[in-house]
Amino acid sequence: MSGSRSASWWERPAVFAVAMATLVALVISSAMVRDRVYAASRAQTQLLYIPDGAVLGRMALSFDALLADVYWIRALQHYGGTKRADSEEKSYDLLGPLLDITTTLDPRFNVAYRFGAIFLTEGYPNGPGRPDLAIALLQKGIGEMPDKWEFYMDIGFIYYWWLQDYNAAALWFEKAANVPGASWWLRSLAANTLAAGGSRESSRTLWQQIYESADNDWIRNEAVRRLTQLQALDDIDQLIGAAQRFIEQGGRPPESWEELIGAGFVAGVPVDPTGLPYVLDSSNGTINVSSASELFPLPGETLPPPQ
Amino acid sequence: MAVIPRIAVHVFKESVRDKVLYNLVLFAVLLIVASYLIGQLTAGQEVKIIKDLGLGATQVFGLFIAVFIGIGLVSKEVERRSIYSLLAKPVRRHELILGKYAGLVLTLAVNIAVMAVALYAVLGYMSWVETEEFRQSWEAPATDPAMLLAVFLVFTQLMLVTAIALFFSTFSSPILSAVLTFGLYVVGHFNADLRNFENVVDSPTAAYLARALYYVLPNLAPFDIRAEVVHAQPVTLGYVALTTGYAAAYIGALLLGAMFIFSRRDFK
Repeated sequence: MSGSRSASWWERPAVFAVAMATLVALVISSAMVRDRVYAASRAQTQLLYIPDGAVLGRMALSFDALLADVYWIRALQHYGGTKRADSEEKSYDLLGPLLDITTTLDPRFNVAYRFGAIFLTEGYPNGPGRPDLAIALLQKGIGEMPDKWEFYMDIGFIYYWWLQDYNAAALWFEKAANVPGASWWLRSLAANTLAAGGSRESSRTLWQQIYESADNDWIRNEAVRRLTQLQALDDIDQLIGAAQRFIEQGGRPPESWEELIGAGFVAGVPVDPTGLPYVLDSSNGTINVSSASELFPLPGETLPPPQ
Repeated sequence: MAVIPRIAVHVFKESVRDKVLYNLVLFAVLLIVASYLIGQLTAGQEVKIIKDLGLGATQVFGLFIAVFIGIGLVSKEVERRSIYSLLAKPVRRHELILGKYAGLVLTLAVNIAVMAVALYAVLGYMSWVETEEFRQSWEAPATDPAMLLAVFLVFTQLMLVTAIALFFSTFSSPILSAVLTFGLYVVGHFNADLRNFENVVDSPTAAYLARALYYVLPNLAPFDIRAEVVHAQPVTLGYVALTTGYAAAYIGALLLGAMFIFSRRDFK
């Protein structure tokens, strides 16, 4: 039969292509339905198969650096996926362990320490709000690479920005300055922090220096965002002044921007540096950026993580 | 069409002759020894561990059968030149592919059925020797019928792996087929990460590419419901049906591709 065989229907290229396309469409549609109906990708469940980086390192044989890359990608996905999720309650529980495993597998994974510390410190809902874990991660990095002055500076920065402990911040900036090859401005930053820690101007100087010394776009963009937040805080101060003048004149707080515009205290509905209108909450007399703004929440206004 | 069942039975008999079913003895010994040792080592988790071990071993043994026999189904005939005498008979090429596939699936089915019986027998014995009070502390009964769902999806996954191995064996060497099949098996357990790639990359092109790969590469993770079953978590029949439907469509595409390639292959 095979010698004088006639071509089967599916052997014709056009029929084959249609049949194959139909089957592929069935594969994709069944996967899509399953993902939609049954909690997409069960592989994304909050699970660490092996929570100990040292054990993983032994199991990885000579592929520990490659495995570190895999865990770094998992950490990024966990952070990014949770941050962008629509759910009401966000859990970043795996972030610390994933970063710890990554840096245990590859102790010289510079980016994992620095970016990881930024992720860990970010306040809820944009991050877990765990500066203590970030400091521990950076100290682990210092243990591996004592000549990395950026790690000391990052710890100082966490004390400065997130913990408002300006003495500790100045101490770490000084430590960073003492590392051979460190940037020249760290010593003046330490002095400035001691003298005027917490002032918006010194914060602006800090972020400006981070922006100028950043060795990658991610940290540079983060510095730009923080500088923009400081700009928003300046704007809000001015708007609070306008509202105060309205109260002095009318004897009651303004209900809306229209009232302030009508009274001539502001020229139009004020917008933040990203272009979204500021929010005037007449119920509690506060002015803030919109929760939809990239700048939300402003420093010192992060929400408490869910219990 | 009687040709396909005849080839399938031949493949099954050949696997019996090749002593493939010896792995069942190894499986039974593993379970019996493990149940004894684990009873000495652990406190109260024996049934869970035997379930994990039994279902895991079913998967691993089946995987080795699917890959190492699957990759040789066609290429062995070509290497031994027996393909010429086969094709000289009233056997069409696609019948050969389908028959070989059905034969290996039959071998897997027999293997997995016997393993499941052995697993239930060991678990039944463990349940029988325990007190009623102790049995009440288990998350799920020792001989929980829900385990059959996990066994069924293991079998379905292995059918898909067999189709992958057979597909590669129609055009590449056994070693390359094994590497490619194992590669896809590993990728298949991690490719769900590709689905959420847009959360970590800014490039829409990279995100679309990752999403396309997610749908095109076999996604084997959904077939693994062992942990849910062992912990008595609910697994709906709808989920099992959808996952089976996914496997059926994927297997159909792979077999169609294998038949198409094999029908055009020149053996001169």
